[in-house]
Amino acid sequence: MRIFDPHIHMTSRTTDDYEAMYSAGVRAVVEPAFWLGQPRTNPGSFLDYFDGLVGWERFRAARFGIRHHCALALNPKEANDPRCADVLDVLPRYLAKDGVVAVGEIGFDSMTAAEEEAFARQLDMAVAADLPVLVHTPHRDKAAGTRRTLDLVAASGIAPERVLVDHLNETTVDIVAASGCWMGFSIYPDTKMDEYRMVRILAEHGLDRILVNSAADWGRSDPLKTARTGRAMLDHGFDSDDVDRVLWRNPVEFFGQSGRLLLDDVAPDTGATFAGNSVLRGGGE
Amino acid sequence: MSAEAGHGPRLRDLLAPPARRRLDELTAEISATPSAVATRFPAAARLVARGPVRPGDPSGLLGPTLEDLVRLVLLEALRDALADVPGRLAQEVTALYRFGDSDEKRAVLRALDRLDIGETAHDLLGDALRSNDPRLVAAALGPGGHRHLDQAGWRHGVLKCLFLEVPLAAVHRLAERADPELARMVGGFVVERVAAGRGVPADAWRVLGDHPPTVRALRAELRSPHADRRTAAELALAQRRDV
Repeated sequence: MRIFDPHIHMTSRTTDDYEAMYSAGVRAVVEPAFWLGQPRTNPGSFLDYFDGLVGWERFRAARFGIRHHCALALNPKEANDPRCADVLDVLPRYLAKDGVVAVGEIGFDSMTAAEEEAFARQLDMAVAADLPVLVHTPHRDKAAGTRRTLDLVAASGIAPERVLVDHLNETTVDIVAASGCWMGFSIYPDTKMDEYRMVRILAEHGLDRILVNSAADWGRSDPLKTARTGRAMLDHGFDSDDVDRVLWRNPVEFFGQSGRLLLDDVAPDTGATFAGNSVLRGGGE
Repeated sequence: MSAEAGHGPRLRDLLAPPARRRLDELTAEISATPSAVATRFPAAARLVARGPVRPGDPSGLLGPTLEDLVRLVLLEALRDALADVPGRLAQEVTALYRFGDSDEKRAVLRALDRLDIGETAHDLLGDALRSNDPRLVAAALGPGGHRHLDQAGWRHGVLKCLFLEVPLAAVHRLAERADPELARMVGGFVVERVAAGRGVPADAWRVLGDHPPTVRALRAELRSPHADRRTAAELALAQRRDV
């Protein structure tokens, strides 16, 4: 089983996770920029984080045989803090970099005017940078937030096939399917979706334009949920080609629209360092 | 137009015709709209070309890579476009460095001898030499560092190369600029390594030559009561003969 996890926050995870992910078949990931749990208070805090996503984290993942890409954005929650808004003036410089395969996560948290302004402005940046978009849908009032999301996407003029609307569930999948956007599902231990409900949705909707991710972060989450969903698909009667389509070919097709995926063979560990720092401590250094 | 006189013709020879056309387009765009460099500079390797120039230098430690040369051409276009706006070039070069990844930073450092940005060059070189990234440290000791670093800063840069095992072939005009103070510093480093029973980079002897205080100290170590120190001294002195 080869797996591309299209939404996982590896900066919040350990090297044990990288090892377990590699063992389970994960060979590539996309890490979208998001909230760190502790609110940021200035643009510099975002920029150092972006530097880490295009630098250190890509290097760290490669040490474990995993290709790391990222999506960059001002996230919806922090779009509400005017002290952080100036990061949008610098964001286009970062959207031009190699390995940046989407603008994201953008979207709504509490559906405020500030969130809507940042969302619309970043949709325009995605068009200018020729990048697809990863849209977060809110935890609260999800159906209304998803409808408003689709309205803004339509108004921006970006092609729906370049938009991934994420964190969907049984109540929001139909309107996104009808919009022509890609549908993302985050499989969690006890919130959002689980792997068995995910299989029901795949059985009902088919495999077109559907991505499955672990969205693992600093909260209770499981970076192996992609693999567990693959096994649940096989148990249900899907074949291994169906699993490969959902867990590898679909994310490659969606993010491949950026023209910036880094999927040549991951080189074996050569004891390299990043900016003088290695990941492997102890005798290996 | 130093690009024409220096790297320019060589780079053009290295590029396939489509890449040459894309480089011309990017150069024209930056000449017409200098602010475009903010997004064209980071994308330059993807849009034009990347890879080693010299087969023996795959990661661009000893000299520029293809993408470094491409980015140099873009920076020269920026320099020419901003020639009449005092301070603006230094401001944009600082931003390209600050918001650059390691490859972009390296390209800025390698271009510093072609850009008249005064104290700013010194600041960027200082940042690079504070890092522990061998690619940045090596690039900071190239022609740009030769031009902009004062002697004290340059000596510490050379010493840092030895610490990070960056080949001293990366240092522009090493033999010409090396002085007795650098030899004293490198000698201290070598003696310290041997006293710890550790190996010494062979390149240290390129600076030391037959530096008598260092050679005397290592010969004294040959009589150390500790086997590891005697072995380290023997190896270091043997390296001296090989250089």
